[in-house]
Amino acid sequence: MRGAKSAKWVTGAIIVALAATACGGGKSDGGSDAKGAVDPNGIFSIELGEPEKPLLTGDTMESNGSAVMAGLFSTLVDYKADGSLEMINAESVTTTDSKTWTVKLKPGWTFHDGTPVTSKSYVDAWNWNASLKNAQGLASWFADIKGFDKVHPDAEGAKQTADKLEGLKVVDENTFTIELSKAVPYFGHKLAYIVFAPLPESFYKLSPAQRGAAPVGNGPYKFKSWDHKKKIEITRYDGYKGPNKAKNGGVVFKNYTTLEAAYEDLKSGNVDVLRQLAPKDLPVYRQDLGDRAVDQPYSAIQTIAVAFYADQWKKPKQVDPRVIQGLSMAIDRATITKTVLNGTREPATGWVAKGVLGFQEDGGNGVTKYDPAKAKELIKAGGGVPGNKISIQYNADGGHKEWVEAVCNSIQQATSVQCVGDGKPDFQADLTARKTKQVKSLYRSGWVLDYPVNANFISDLFRTGAGGNQGDFSNKELDAKIAKADSATTLDESVKAYQAIEKDLKNYMPSIPLWYYKVNAGFSEKVSGVAYGQDGDPILTGVEVKK
Amino acid sequence: MGRYVARRLLQMIPVFLGTTLLIFLMVHSLPGDPVLAMFGDKGADPATLAAKRHELGLDRSLPVQYVTYMRDMILHLDFGTQIRNGLPVTDVLGGAFPITLQLAALAFAIELVFGIGLGIIGGLRAGRLADNLILIFTLLIISIPVFVLGYIIKMVFAFNLGWIAPNVSTEPVLSEMIAPAIVLGGLSLAYVARLTRTSMAENLRADYMRTAVAKGLPRRRVIGVHLMRNSMIPVVTFLGTDIGALMGGAVVTEAIFNIHGVGGVIADSISRREGATLVGLVTILVIVYLVTSLLIDLLYAVLDPRIRYA
Repeated sequence: MRGAKSAKWVTGAIIVALAATACGGGKSDGGSDAKGAVDPNGIFSIELGEPEKPLLTGDTMESNGSAVMAGLFSTLVDYKADGSLEMINAESVTTTDSKTWTVKLKPGWTFHDGTPVTSKSYVDAWNWNASLKNAQGLASWFADIKGFDKVHPDAEGAKQTADKLEGLKVVDENTFTIELSKAVPYFGHKLAYIVFAPLPESFYKLSPAQRGAAPVGNGPYKFKSWDHKKKIEITRYDGYKGPNKAKNGGVVFKNYTTLEAAYEDLKSGNVDVLRQLAPKDLPVYRQDLGDRAVDQPYSAIQTIAVAFYADQWKKPKQVDPRVIQGLSMAIDRATITKTVLNGTREPATGWVAKGVLGFQEDGGNGVTKYDPAKAKELIKAGGGVPGNKISIQYNADGGHKEWVEAVCNSIQQATSVQCVGDGKPDFQADLTARKTKQVKSLYRSGWVLDYPVNANFISDLFRTGAGGNQGDFSNKELDAKIAKADSATTLDESVKAYQAIEKDLKNYMPSIPLWYYKVNAGFSEKVSGVAYGQDGDPILTGVEVKK
Repeated sequence: MGRYVARRLLQMIPVFLGTTLLIFLMVHSLPGDPVLAMFGDKGADPATLAAKRHELGLDRSLPVQYVTYMRDMILHLDFGTQIRNGLPVTDVLGGAFPITLQLAALAFAIELVFGIGLGIIGGLRAGRLADNLILIFTLLIISIPVFVLGYIIKMVFAFNLGWIAPNVSTEPVLSEMIAPAIVLGGLSLAYVARLTRTSMAENLRADYMRTAVAKGLPRRRVIGVHLMRNSMIPVVTFLGTDIGALMGGAVVTEAIFNIHGVGGVIADSISRREGATLVGLVTILVIVYLVTSLLIDLLYAVLDPRIRYA
C-alpha cells in the first residue's frame, strides 16, 4: 500500500510538471478545406492550463496566461511571420535616431467598457507596470526608457524615487513620445509585447485582487468568465477597430489535467484546438489527424549553458572557448532529435532561433556540426576539459532526462570526456540552483523569443549583466560589439551587425546551441484557419468555426 | 462512552497541531523558492522579488508565519491566499472538494457493495470454484497499477465500444464519474473482498457458530447476525482508513480522467511550494482521518459487544 501510494505521488507530480513546463508553438498554413459553411458567430474551444497568475499585462509571462491576454488586449504593433511590423492600435511608430520615438494612435478605439483608448491610457499603464511598488514581473521591459532606474531601482531593498517614467510624454489625445536612455534600433519590435498594452481608467480604481480577475482590455475579445481550473471564456468585442477582427464568436479555454486527456477529447470532438501533445501521442498523431496535424518550428531554442562562475571553468584559468567548441561538435544533434525527441525538435545551426528577424542559416559557423575527430582535437588544443568530467544539470520533472542522457552519451563516445546528467527533482529546485549560482558545470537552458529580432537571442543572453545571462558569461570584446550593434541608427544595420556577431560567437562560446523547438499539435474537424504565432500559441482571431 | 469520546476529541488537538506544523516545515524545507519561481526562467530583479516577498508576508520569520497562519485559520477560518495567483485558499479548496467528495463517495459505495458482496460469496464457499475465481480476480486487480487500469478502461469502454466519454467534461455529471470511481475503488475493492472472505472463512469454524447452528437458528440469522457482525471488524478498520486515502490519494485517477479535484491541487501545490494551500488541505484531510477513526472505534463496540469504552 505504502509503496503504491508513493508511486502515485511521483507519477502525479510528473504528469503535472509535464503539463506545466511543456510549451507549444509555431505557425501552420491551416487546414482550409471548405466543407461546411463558416459560422461567423461560432465559438470554439482550446486546451489551456490554468494561468499561473492573475491576468495582468505587467505580470503575465507564462504561456497559459499569455494566450488569454493575447485575445483581450491589442498592443500598438504586432509582427508578421517575416519579422516585419504591422500597425495595430498605432497609426504610426516613428523615430529618426532610434532614441526618441513618436507614437500616433488610430483614433476612435474604445476599451471593452466603452471608454476611449488615448495616449494617456498607454502612458499611465506603462508607468503602473514599471513601478517597483506594483512588483510586476515584466517591469524590466521598460528599462530602455529614460528614468526607469528612478521608478524601479533593482537593488534589493531600494526605494523608488519617482512614480512616472521621465521619458514618456503625452503630446495630445492620440500622440505620445517615448524617450529612451540610449538608442535601441529594435525598440519598435518590443512594443508588440503584452506589457506595453494600454489600461482603462477603471483599472486603477479596482482592488489588487480584482485587477487580474476580470481584465478590461482593448483587444478583439472581451472577457466573459473565469471558472478557476476549469475554463475561461472570452467573446468577440464587436466595437473592435483593429485589422485583426475576430472571425469567430468567441473562445472557450478548457483546462485539462493531462495532455493525454486533451488529445482524447480532441479525437472525440470535445475540444477544437490543441497547443501541444503528450510524448505518448507524438508517434501516432500524424496518422490520427491527417492534415489536421500541426508540425511547425517556432521561435525558441534549447541550449546547454555553461556556468562560467563554477570553479571548473574559472580555476586555475578561464576555460578556452575551443574546449566548449569541441563539446558542441561532439553532440550528434540529428540523431538525438530524430530518435530520443521523436522529431519534435530541429537541430540548431546557430544561436538565433528560426522566424526571427536576422535569422541566418549556419549562424553558428559550423560549430554545431557533428564531427567527433574535430571535437577531440579542439578539446585537446584548448587544454582539455578540467577534470575530464562534465555534468549537465536539468529538472527531472520536465521530460529532459532522456535527451540529457543522449547528449552525454554522444559527448562521452566522441571525446571520452566523462559526462553525467545532474537531475534536480523538479523545476523549482533546478531554478533555485541556477539563480543562486550553485551549478557545478553545465545546465539545461533555453530561450523563447521576447521580440522577433536577433538581438533578443544575443544581447539579452550574453551581454555582461544581461537579464538572461545566468551563467555569468562576460567578455569585454563581445560587450563592445553588442554596444556598437545597438547604437546603429537603423534597424536594418543593427540586425546586420548582430548577424556578424552571431557568426563570431563561435570564438566565445557563451553556450552550446542544441535545437529549435517545434509546435506539435492539432485541431478538430469543426474549425479551420488554425495558425500558430511565433511564440507557439494559436492565433485566436483567425480561426473559423464551421456550422 | 461520553468520556471516551471527549477524551478522543481532546487528543485530536495535539495531533492537529503536530501535523500542520510538520507539513508547514516540510514544505519550507523543500529546495526551491516559490517567489523566485513565480517569475519563471527569465527571472526578475532583486527589488521586485523583495517587494513580492513583502507583499506575501514571506519575508517574516518561519515561526511568525506559522503562528499568524494558524491564528487566521482557527479564529477566522481563513486559510490564507495562494502565492502564485493570489486566490484565497478557501476558494481553491472549495472548488476542488465537491468533485473529489463525489468521486470518493462513489468509489466507496462501489468497494463497499462489491467488495463485501464478493467477500461473502468467497467466504461461504471457501476453497470452491467461486472462491478461487474471486481470489484470482482480486489478485489481478491488486497487481495492476492504477494508471494501467485507468487506460485499459478508457481504451475498451470509450474508444473501442464507445459507451462512455473518455474524460470527465468541464461541467461534470455524475454518470461520467462511474469509470473513474471504478478505477479508484478497484484496489480497495479487492482488499475488502479478501479481508471479508478470510475473516468469514475463519469465523465459520468458530465455537459460537457451532453453538448457533446447534441451537437450531435459521441459516439466515446465523450468517447475517452471528457471522457477519464478528467478521466485519477488520473490514471496517480498513474501510475507515480508506475514506481518507480515497479523498487525498486520488492524484493519478483524477489526472487520467481529467477531474479537477483535491489530488491535482495537492500535486500542484507541492510543485509550486504553496505552503498555505498544502497545510489547509492537509488540515482538512487530517480532520477527516481523525473523525473516521473515532467513528470506526465506536463501531467496534456496536459490532462486538465484548468491546466496551469506559
